[in-house]
Amino acid sequence: MATVSMDKVNKVYENGFHAVKDMSLDIADGEFMVLVGPSGCGKTTALRMVAGLEDITSGILRIGGKEANDETPKERDIAMVFQNYALYPHMTVAQNIGFALKLRKLPKDQLDAKVKEAADILGLTDWLDRKPGQLSGGQRQRVAMGRAIVREPSVFLMDEPLSNLDAKLRVQMRAEVARIQRRIGVSTIYVTHDQVEAMTMGDRVTVMRDGTLQQVAPPQTLYDNPDNIFVAAFIGSPAQNLYDAVVGEGARSLKLGSQEIGLPEAVLLKRPALRSYAGKDVVVGMRPEHLRAETDNAAGPKLTGDVELVEALGSELVVHFTIDAHRVIAEGAFDKDEAAAVKSGEGVARVDARTHVKPGDRMTFAVNIEDMQFFDSQTGLAIRG
Amino acid sequence: MRRRNRTGWRRVINGINISTFLVVLFIGLPLYWLIASSFKTPVNIGASPPQYFPDPVSGAGYSQAFNQYNFGQYFINSLIVTLVATALVLIFGTMAGYALGRLPMRGKFTLMVSLLIISVFPAIAVIAPLYTLLKDLGWLNSYQGLIIPYTAFNLPFAIWILRNYMLGIPKEMEETGRIDGAGPLRTIWSIILPMALPGVFTAGIFCFTACWTEFLMALTFNSANNFKTIPVGIATFGTALEVPYGPIFAASVVAVVPIGILVFIFRKFVISGLTSGAVKG
Repeated sequence: MATVSMDKVNKVYENGFHAVKDMSLDIADGEFMVLVGPSGCGKTTALRMVAGLEDITSGILRIGGKEANDETPKERDIAMVFQNYALYPHMTVAQNIGFALKLRKLPKDQLDAKVKEAADILGLTDWLDRKPGQLSGGQRQRVAMGRAIVREPSVFLMDEPLSNLDAKLRVQMRAEVARIQRRIGVSTIYVTHDQVEAMTMGDRVTVMRDGTLQQVAPPQTLYDNPDNIFVAAFIGSPAQNLYDAVVGEGARSLKLGSQEIGLPEAVLLKRPALRSYAGKDVVVGMRPEHLRAETDNAAGPKLTGDVELVEALGSELVVHFTIDAHRVIAEGAFDKDEAAAVKSGEGVARVDARTHVKPGDRMTFAVNIEDMQFFDSQTGLAIRG
Repeated sequence: MRRRNRTGWRRVINGINISTFLVVLFIGLPLYWLIASSFKTPVNIGASPPQYFPDPVSGAGYSQAFNQYNFGQYFINSLIVTLVATALVLIFGTMAGYALGRLPMRGKFTLMVSLLIISVFPAIAVIAPLYTLLKDLGWLNSYQGLIIPYTAFNLPFAIWILRNYMLGIPKEMEETGRIDGAGPLRTIWSIILPMALPGVFTAGIFCFTACWTEFLMALTFNSANNFKTIPVGIATFGTALEVPYGPIFAASVVAVVPIGILVFIFRKFVISGLTSGAVKG
C-alpha cells in the first residue's frame, strides 16, 4: 500500500503531441481516485505513466514517497486491469491469476492458497480450471481483477475496466469493484470516461480535459461546486443547463433571454463576488432537478419554457424545453454529435412523475436559485468568493 | 423471405454438393491412381484397358524400392534435412516476426519489402553461384549444404506469416506481462508464442512441404547416392534401360505419408480458436 504523487508531470509524444500537461496530483494511501474526462483528455496516458508503460517526459512521479520515474513496471509493484482484460488465453483461470506469483517463484502451496483466496473473494472458485474463452464477459472481468489482487500490490491501476460489459452487468460490477477495493484497501487509480462511474465509485474524482487537470474533488463537491464550465457541463446526467445571462443593476436580478429572475440576498451572500458582475454577462448553470414543476401559490424565481419532449422514466419525468436564452455548450464536454443534437435554448428539467405536461405546452418552473451556479463568461471560471 | 425446405434427394443432389464432389474427384483421382498402381504387378501397371483396382495385390514395388533402390536412405536424408531446416526457420522466423511485428524499429518497411522480394526469387537464378560457394566450403554432398539454403529460402515467407500473427496479438498482452514481472524472453515464450501457435504451425507446414518436395537444389548439390533426398532419389530410380514404375509408385506413396501425418496433426490442432477469449467477448 502506498501513496502516489505526480509533480508537474508532462507527456510529450515523439510526434509533438502534448498529451499530459503539468499534472500534479496526490493520491492518499488507500484512496480510490477516479480520472475522468472525454476521450483524448490524457487520462489513460497519465495512468500508463504511473504504470511505467509510458515514459515520463518531465516531472516527478513518486510511489510510496519514492521517485519512480525510471523504475520498471515490475519494480513499481503495481497491478493493472486493462479495458480488454488481456487474459492469457492459453492458461486456465488459476494459471492466469497465479502467473505473476509464479514469476516471483513463490512455492507451489503458497501460490495455490493465494489463488484460492483471490478466487473466493471474486466468486471464481468453480471456474479455476476453465480457460478464459469459456467464461462470460463478467467472469473474465473478475479474472482480470483476480490477477491484480492476488499480487497484493501497492497500487491498483484500472483502465476503463467495465466498459466492455453490458449496461446491467456494469452497474453490478461497479459496486463490486468498489467493494473489493474497500475490502483490500489498496490505493487505486481508476480511469473512465463514464461520469456515473466517476461519481459512484471514487473517494475523489479528477476531471481532465486536453491533458490538463480541471478539478480534483470528492464527487459531491464536483457536482455542487464545479470550478469551471467544463466540469459543470461534464459532470451530471442529464447534463446541467447552462445559459448565457446578464446580471441586472445592483445584482438584484438576472436576465435570461427575455425573462427576468430576481436574485435574492441569500445568493449574493453565498457568492459575494457576483455583486461585481452587475450589468455584465455571466453563464448560469441549473441542474435539471433544480427546476421543479411550479405550483400556483409558490413564490420565488420562475422560468417559463416551451415543452419539446417529455420522457417518462416512471420515477420522474424528464422534460425537454426551450427558452429564448442562449444555451452554452462547454467546449469538449460533449462529443460533436451530442453537441449538434442540442437545440438552441434547450434545457432539461426533472419533475415529479405525476406532473401533467405534454409536448407543446408552456410550462413554468420554480427555480432553486440558491443552487444555481455562476461562471465568468470570459474565463469560464466559477464565480464564488 | 420464404425458406425452401428441401426434402428427399434434393437435399443431397444440388449444385454445391455436385461441384464439391467434382473438385474432390479431380484432386483425389490421381492420388488414388498412384496408390492403386503402387500395389499392382509390373505388367498390370501399363495394362490396357487400365486396371482400376489392383488384382492381384502386390507388395513387390515396396520391397524393391527399399531393398534394391536404397529408398530408406533417401527417406532418412529427406527427414533430416527437412526437419532441421523447418526447425531453424521456425526459431528464427518467430524471433524475427516478433521483432518486425512488435518492436519499434527503423527501416521495418524496407526490410519487409526486401523479404517479400527474396521470397519470390526463383531458386534457379542463384543456383550456380550457390554451387560454387558450397563447393568452396566443401559442403557439396552434405546435410548442411541443403539445410542452410532451405532455411534461407523459406525464412522470408515464414517471417511474413509470423509477423502478421504477431501484429494480431493485442499489445496489452505484453504490457500485462511486463506488469506481472515477465522479462522480454519470458514474455515471448510464455505469452506471445502460445498465442502465435496457429501462425507457427502454418509456417511450419509450408516450410516442411517446400523442403520435402524440393528438387532443383537437392539434385544440384547432393548428387552422391548417400545424400540424395526423396525427390532426387525417386527420379534416379530409372536407368537408360528401364523405368521401374512399381518401385517409383511405391516410393512416391511413402513420400506422401509424412505430409499426410503432418496435415492430420495440424487438423487436430485446430487452434485458431485458441486466441479467442483473450480480449473482449
